[in-house]
Amino acid sequence: MAVLTDRPASPVARRADRGPRALVNRFLGYAVLIFFGLVFLYPFVIQIGNSLKTEPDAAANPLSPVPDPITLAGFERIFAGTNFPLWLGNSLLVTVLVTLGRVFFDSLAGYALARLRFRGRAGIFAAVIAVMAVPGVVLLIPKFLVLKQLGLYDSYAGLVVPLLADAAGVFIMKQFFESVPVSVEEAARIDGAGVFRTFWSVVLPTAKPALITLTILSFQGSWNEFPHSLVAVQDPGLFTLPRGLADLVSGSLGKGTQYPLKLGAALLATIPVAVLFMIFQRYFVRDANEGADKG
Amino acid sequence: MATEALAARATRRPDPAPRRRGGIRSNENLAGWLFVAPVLVILGLFLLLPILMALWVSLTDWNGQGSPFTGKVPFVGGDNYTRLFSEDGLARRDFMTSIRNNIYYVALVVPAQTVLALGLALVVNNRMLRGKGFFRTAFYFPSVTSSVAISVVFLFMFANSGAVNALLGFFGIDGPQWFADSRGVLHLLLGAVGVDDPPAALTSGGPLGLTWWDWLSGPSVAMMSIICLVIWTTSGTFMLMFLAALQNVPVALDEASTLDGATRWQRFRHVTLPLIKPTMFLVLTLGLIGSWQVFDQVYVMSQGDPAKTTLTPAYLSYRTAFRDFDYGSGAAISFVLFLIIILLTLFQRRVMADRDEPRRARWWRRRVPERS
Repeated sequence: MAVLTDRPASPVARRADRGPRALVNRFLGYAVLIFFGLVFLYPFVIQIGNSLKTEPDAAANPLSPVPDPITLAGFERIFAGTNFPLWLGNSLLVTVLVTLGRVFFDSLAGYALARLRFRGRAGIFAAVIAVMAVPGVVLLIPKFLVLKQLGLYDSYAGLVVPLLADAAGVFIMKQFFESVPVSVEEAARIDGAGVFRTFWSVVLPTAKPALITLTILSFQGSWNEFPHSLVAVQDPGLFTLPRGLADLVSGSLGKGTQYPLKLGAALLATIPVAVLFMIFQRYFVRDANEGADKG
Repeated sequence: MATEALAARATRRPDPAPRRRGGIRSNENLAGWLFVAPVLVILGLFLLLPILMALWVSLTDWNGQGSPFTGKVPFVGGDNYTRLFSEDGLARRDFMTSIRNNIYYVALVVPAQTVLALGLALVVNNRMLRGKGFFRTAFYFPSVTSSVAISVVFLFMFANSGAVNALLGFFGIDGPQWFADSRGVLHLLLGAVGVDDPPAALTSGGPLGLTWWDWLSGPSVAMMSIICLVIWTTSGTFMLMFLAALQNVPVALDEASTLDGATRWQRFRHVTLPLIKPTMFLVLTLGLIGSWQVFDQVYVMSQGDPAKTTLTPAYLSYRTAFRDFDYGSGAAISFVLFLIIILLTLFQRRVMADRDEPRRARWWRRRVPERS
């Protein structure tokens, strides 16, 4: 990937690398990198440190990353005093279902829009592009209305079904399928395989990179999803992690400070996506750059 | 096309089934529709239909009881909209306050995140430095985390006895009580130069239900902490976009201008910047679109308080509907917001479409002199 490689320095560049001026430049460059590295990472260090502190310690030394004394009291109270395990379970269930649904339905539609010729294809694609422009926050009241009307309000179905497909995912899959040569699937079709068979056992296995990207994006998106759960459910038994966390902070428990507990809960909610990010970093990077190409 | 020829050969087989006379294409029509059906149903049912339903609700006085689609719900026409713009009252004052807050928010967030993202991209793209992969990851990481979880961390950092005030304390500065401070930053600046009492001309009247003095408050201290949080989380994404654009700038061009004696600033201003202009537009417009949608952070950190200075249209529409049970007004607010965002999106797509068709007139580039 282009972003990951450094360009080889040409002779001119190498000449510029020497001398006292270059040394100063390099020093300044590292200073900027380290300063902003701290700005971007230190809040997480503080979060980890303070989640392991006692409450008075967190209030007295908020900047210090070192707990004195170190205690797991905050985490114990997360599991004993809040509904955290329930939120975690709900989040896992919703995320797994939404991710499976998105990967399957988005690639089906992406494949059809890229490869199959059917009447109305151009219109559907235009509609998908238009839908991508609809901002999520203006859908809060509309979604609530339709869920109520369909009898899905306050149910797992209400949390999951509206998120099962997304226009951006369809777009990514369509772009990918268009970049793959048609020869393989044509051979399969001539051998008599049906459209779905060809898609399922010939095309999909070649789409692994795009499927990984889509899986990661769907997982991250649905794991972090907050506004939808806000209007889809009100029963505390159906809260997902972001919803439970928001309730914990702004609700009754939020009145006291209890920062070690809150920071710990936020930390636990961040870990799955953080781990995913560390492992599949290049797929995240690819996504951001596809945004740049998309225009 | 090759497929047609192959299909034709396929039909010439000894025993062609009659229904396959059209070749492979004949069942593609059905298959195509079946393949897109799930996505169409979900997007139609949970995107298009709800928008139409909300449009209807915005024309009624529905209070959340029963179904809004029976004859019992009073139809009020455009009342919910006119109350936002032309009737003096709480609804308009709150709405205009939220618009004011969001304008100041946009005015600070968009330039700051763009400059920071470009600056970081330039440093990370510097070929003389090592370990850039680590820093690129570090800068991008906040972008992928949960907005709610991050808001919790910033609530702690900006607390009265939090990390930010502790840091300010090192420099002998007495930090404010961030989330209790509704004073506008512009008002504070004016106070610092001796203007403590607003001039009567500014407090006696003003457009759209707010006095001139209220319009000119600047973002409140509380809003500044949300602004910091958002700049911090979004810069990483935009940095990656700039980075991708910078990697497409030919090294030779940069070197040639170095040999010609151009200073670093001249090279940036006259070589790099013109070449990454499309990305600059993309980042600016995506920033504009995104910053009118701020919701999660407001919900978690301030709920519109203190003194409504962190109220945004998105949060106000939610609060009006789900806390005050005035669904009609809430829906009307979200449609006005929808309109603002759609206009910005259309503007962006226009600009980007022009970029893709270089022969079309580029009105925004005419002032750039041709390079010989």
